[in-house]
Amino acid sequence: MKEVPVKSKELVPSKRIENFDEVVLGYAEGEALAEAERCLQCRNPACIAGCPVGIDIKKFIKEITDKDYKKSYFTIREKNDFPSICGRVCPAEYQCRKRCVLTKKGLPFASEEAINIHFLERFAGDYGIENSLEVPVEKDEKLSKFKVAVVGSGPAGLACAGELARRGIKVAIFESLHKVGGVLQYGIPPFRLSRDVLDYEINYLKKLGVEFVPNYIIGKVKALNELFVEGFSAVFLGLGAGVPSFLGVKGENLCNIYSVNEFLTRVNLMSAYKFPEFHTPVNIGSRAIVIGGGNTAMDSARVALRLQKAGGIAPDTTILYRRTEIEMPARRLEIGHAREEGIKFRFLVQPEEFIGDERGFVRKIRCLKCSLGEPDSSGRRRPVPAEGSDFEIPCDLAVIAIGLSANQVLTSVTPELKTDKYSDVVVNAETMETSVKGVFAGGDIVGGEGTVIEAMGMAKKASQAIINYLLKLISQKG
Amino acid sequence: MGSRVVRIDISSPDIAGKAGPGQFVTLMVSEEGERIPLTIVDKDLAKGTITLILQEAGLTTRLLGALSAGDALYAMTGPLGHATEIKKYGNIILVGGGVGIAEIYPVARALKSAGNHVTAILGARTKDLLILEKELKAVTDELHITTDDGSYGERGFVTDVLSKFLADSVQRIAYSLIYAVGPLLMMKKVAVVSKPFNIRTIVSLNALMVDATGMCGCCRVTVGGRIKFSCVDGPEFDAHQVDWDECEKRNSIYEEKEKHICRLKI
Repeated sequence: MKEVPVKSKELVPSKRIENFDEVVLGYAEGEALAEAERCLQCRNPACIAGCPVGIDIKKFIKEITDKDYKKSYFTIREKNDFPSICGRVCPAEYQCRKRCVLTKKGLPFASEEAINIHFLERFAGDYGIENSLEVPVEKDEKLSKFKVAVVGSGPAGLACAGELARRGIKVAIFESLHKVGGVLQYGIPPFRLSRDVLDYEINYLKKLGVEFVPNYIIGKVKALNELFVEGFSAVFLGLGAGVPSFLGVKGENLCNIYSVNEFLTRVNLMSAYKFPEFHTPVNIGSRAIVIGGGNTAMDSARVALRLQKAGGIAPDTTILYRRTEIEMPARRLEIGHAREEGIKFRFLVQPEEFIGDERGFVRKIRCLKCSLGEPDSSGRRRPVPAEGSDFEIPCDLAVIAIGLSANQVLTSVTPELKTDKYSDVVVNAETMETSVKGVFAGGDIVGGEGTVIEAMGMAKKASQAIINYLLKLISQKG
Repeated sequence: MGSRVVRIDISSPDIAGKAGPGQFVTLMVSEEGERIPLTIVDKDLAKGTITLILQEAGLTTRLLGALSAGDALYAMTGPLGHATEIKKYGNIILVGGGVGIAEIYPVARALKSAGNHVTAILGARTKDLLILEKELKAVTDELHITTDDGSYGERGFVTDVLSKFLADSVQRIAYSLIYAVGPLLMMKKVAVVSKPFNIRTIVSLNALMVDATGMCGCCRVTVGGRIKFSCVDGPEFDAHQVDWDECEKRNSIYEEKEKHICRLKI
């Protein structure tokens, strides 16, 4: 057994900040074999319990060491519809890898020694794509007369649509934006998730017969109940968490202060980094500040740095976070990538006010210094700002990346759809069914901001419940 | 650099079927294009079309103006935003400036048919840029026209007429609503003029937007001290509560880039 974990090849930092190309290149066969070989094949593998969808990790890794990559791909596909996507974006260091027996204890995340399960998953997933492996379609004649509407084309919607279409159900996915993929399209930058992978999965669904309807907002152009009138027998809501949170401090509406969603949407969805070839603009500054400690903060900081580079500005992007590095919810891999690219970090800092110039553009941020107090409801130590510790940071572009909450376009006009105090849709945890008969939900619209894999897990559970629901409709009709 | 006013009818039976007065669509001319919001001016349920009226100003509106009958847009979504609340208010004054006249037209028509006494004040820079005079005449009880250069109607700004009109008539007539759409400065001025008369004043803001479904916050505006998103909370807001100074500044965020792309592509 090799002791040293096999790292994935990556684009070198000095070059990759000149473009938006995917940074992690993934394992070649030899690297995958060497890393898979490190797996101890534990009798009671804890990693599987660490996976939100319970992928048989031990088995798929063994199949890699056996060089049966096809089998390995299908083992993952039993639980996860999109291994290539999850292998790239899953926060494995907080999930499966954290539970790996090789990880050193005492950290809130996996240590470097843990098996690189995510890279192996990506390897198997990409093998599946390269060899056009397809999970056999199990069409059920009884189900083929049904139409199901999926609202939202993010990870949850795509996964649910795929599961239903494979059983022969006609599926239409309604998407409000002009491109499908949800957060995979507008949120996650291409340097973290190649759009080729996303396109492959979308095309696969099209091949399965899934109909994509972009530019179509359920709740505006059609009410939820109208979908049933139009012949859909069930509906899955994968509405997502897309409403950006703001700090609620003075000066927050100054020019060049972006929500993380606006900044990433302009760049990822609207290709503002190709302005003026693409017509949507995005501004950049010489002192870019990103506020937050999650993955969207890392993503937007790395986008800002690339925009500085492209604009001929000396890269100068800083992440401000109220706690310390250890409490950051972002992936350790991406914190590392950001640091390698030259992103600076300032910890224990809380923004109090944005100060602008006479034209209304942000010029500096007044902050307070923090210390860490007792753990809060999230289990992380609470930042305590010190009164009178005010200081200013120069800033001519700010991105606020402190969280996202439920999309409310549909729920706000559908009173019969029960929501909780966070405006998330309330579901039966067993079936993912909402308060409206025949309407199911999953992803971030249930329980708030989560991960791609959690969204897919919920969607898969919902798809099974939808199938049961449809079968019941048949038996009721006799 | 002319500033043609262009009318476009777009086939979209679904949007036409749902569109209410005051609502808007976002559209993209091409895959490379911007998503821009435009108010739905009219709809034809029989034909399944909606009508947009716009003034050629930046790149996207010029690209729209250059389309020919039969061309297709890359994308269009709607109807977005809240529709105007249509009910019997009593006496109403509608103020439209420039291409904003097109935006008050569907509101005027709906309010008129709800039994209101509708007075409209329309303003344009010059006679040639005045639009929909005939149409508005048909759906209002009183119509006043102003041009900046005096080439038609009264010389001056709509707010001059509004100010005089209110001073003259407020003793005799109780106005329950003023509804104004036009350039930001005009709407701001309407708010200033109507404030002392204590008349509820609604404006439809033309904030910059991206997704226009509440996901980006580009269109945020401070109303009554609270952050609102024009796209999902608006586009109509209480004019007396809007932070106009902030609106003006936020609308100028991309001025330089807009000039740059216009120089390159027009």
